[in-house]
Amino acid sequence: MIPLETFRVALRALLRNKMRSFLTVLGIIIGVGAVIAMVAIGEGAKAQVEASFASMGSNLLILLPGSTTSGGAHGGFGSMPTLTWDDLRAIRREVPSVRYAAVQLRSNAQVMSEDQNWATSVTGTSPEYFQIRSWRTQSGRPLLDSDIESSSKIVVLGQTVVDKLYGPSADPVGQTVRIKNIPFEVVGVLARKGQSPMGQDYDDGVFVPQSTFQSKIQGGLQKFISGTIIMGAVSTDATGRAQTQVTALLRDRHHLEGGADDDFSIRNLTEMANAQAEGTRTLTTLLASIAGVSLLVGGIGIMNIMLVSVTERTREIGVRMAVGATPFNILLQFLVEALTLAVAGGMVGVALGVFTAGRLAAKFGWPTLIRPDIVVISVCFSGLVGVVFGLYPARKASRLDPIDALRYE
Amino acid sequence: MALVELERVSKVYRMGDVEVHALREMSFATEERDFVAVMGASGSGKSTLMNIIGCLDRPTTGTYRLDGQEVSRLDRRELAHVRNRTLGFVFQSFNLLSRTSALENVELPLLYGGVPARERRQRAAEALGRVGLGERIHHHSNQMSGGQQQRVAVARALVTRPRLILADEPTGNLDSRTSIEIMALFQELGGAGITVLLVTHEPDVAAYASRVVVMRDGRVLSDKRQAPRLAADDLAAPPAPEPESPAAAHAETAS
Repeated sequence: MIPLETFRVALRALLRNKMRSFLTVLGIIIGVGAVIAMVAIGEGAKAQVEASFASMGSNLLILLPGSTTSGGAHGGFGSMPTLTWDDLRAIRREVPSVRYAAVQLRSNAQVMSEDQNWATSVTGTSPEYFQIRSWRTQSGRPLLDSDIESSSKIVVLGQTVVDKLYGPSADPVGQTVRIKNIPFEVVGVLARKGQSPMGQDYDDGVFVPQSTFQSKIQGGLQKFISGTIIMGAVSTDATGRAQTQVTALLRDRHHLEGGADDDFSIRNLTEMANAQAEGTRTLTTLLASIAGVSLLVGGIGIMNIMLVSVTERTREIGVRMAVGATPFNILLQFLVEALTLAVAGGMVGVALGVFTAGRLAAKFGWPTLIRPDIVVISVCFSGLVGVVFGLYPARKASRLDPIDALRYE
Repeated sequence: MALVELERVSKVYRMGDVEVHALREMSFATEERDFVAVMGASGSGKSTLMNIIGCLDRPTTGTYRLDGQEVSRLDRRELAHVRNRTLGFVFQSFNLLSRTSALENVELPLLYGGVPARERRQRAAEALGRVGLGERIHHHSNQMSGGQQQRVAVARALVTRPRLILADEPTGNLDSRTSIEIMALFQELGGAGITVLLVTHEPDVAAYASRVVVMRDGRVLSDKRQAPRLAADDLAAPPAPEPESPAAAHAETAS
């Protein structure tokens, strides 16, 4: 018999008992709906984490100067400048797995426009900084090497600062702002980046050349860097290697003996990002497997109803066999019926899942992400459930004795 | 060559510890265009005979050749093909698919025979026209009288142009006039080259056959050819006043 005909016969048999068919597939609908919604939430969370780590910078390593120990009290990392400008130059020159390195000198200051002012963080750095962070300017230009050489009094603003000083849609390039009462020309505005994984607003800050920072904002030592160094490794895989190589280089440069502690520390943010992504992945797997169990329960529901249906239609099976249906024809008919039920349930479930994810996103502000591959897999899996659980009833139908089937009351 | 040829066919059923001999070394043959009525009390083996001839069951011993082909050892799939191509069935309880139109019921055997949709539809409509239901092809079985349903069943049996139609008490659920109409249809089939094998316990019905086989205890008791009564003539004659059944008369006086 032609497959299309088998499908038509199956569809008609199912439509004959609309309510029963609906209740039968309810398990599948809820199962698939749950899978879609749960994975959407899990993936949404993962995407959010990934996005925030991406705006932090790719393959990022942060190098902090060491701690002081005075009279038994440990000062913590960064309390004593141990990193020198020569160290920075050596890293740039000698560590191949580090693509970019830049200083990050930081201070809080009041930034003033003509009629507004805003307290924000001022960072003194070099052009590489924007490469490491993968930050782009929305208008104007970023910092240039020439700005550092000439200690220009120029500034690049973050979006939050622009909002506070000039209003949301303003473009202040060319204007003058005053930092610590010194006029700086605005040469660029950074594109909006959102929050860091720790909830810090990346857009709330201004950036000036490191040389200008040292001479005008916060005078520092000539030899030591009074801040941190951020580094971008050549690839994600290289972050571990970069960490080892930089550690070896600095220990050598700082003349540390075998047993001595490092007088600096390196934070590998890619590893942190991976750990967090791993966490959300585990969550997604857990949610999906709970939802998968409900799919299996739905499959058992299908099997149950198919068995009832085979018993109910015993006479019909007998008639079909008498007029020439082979056992395989009968098997196929019931299998296609189970498959149709399951796939239809799967599709309705997808709609339900997408709807639920949308509602959750709207109501609780959770980020959700519908992945097309998950949708396809869910529908295919529910089809598989239909075939697996439809096989036993279909086999039972195909093995009926036509004489008994015709006599069945 | 004989269309149906049974040679020393036995059928033994096991019911617990008891062996039931439904057929005992029965030999039987029909010629083409025969109209055979098989009669006998219940338990005489006539249903078993029909099931074996109808390729729904296989003999325990002996051989069965249908249209020259040895079918007693075929598997279920092959038997289904034989049923589809060579045989047609008419049952006492019509056995139409419920909530399905007459046309689709008649199309059913063609569906399993792999006939393309357009041809299927055309042939089914043609068969329904042949049994006098050309106007009712889209009616569902529950919208039709018993006689009409049995006509649909006959159309379903002959739509595949079978060699043999097996009818198991086809008039058992019909009144006498519709019974005659159905018998008239069967008699026409003989003219179209189709052999009809009919199981009945009513001598009135058997009178329309050209050959009557009486069975008892799994054997042929008698096998006689006769001049069939012509159903068409009975239908043409003015309808005789229907003899009221005692039950109906009783019901009337009771009310």
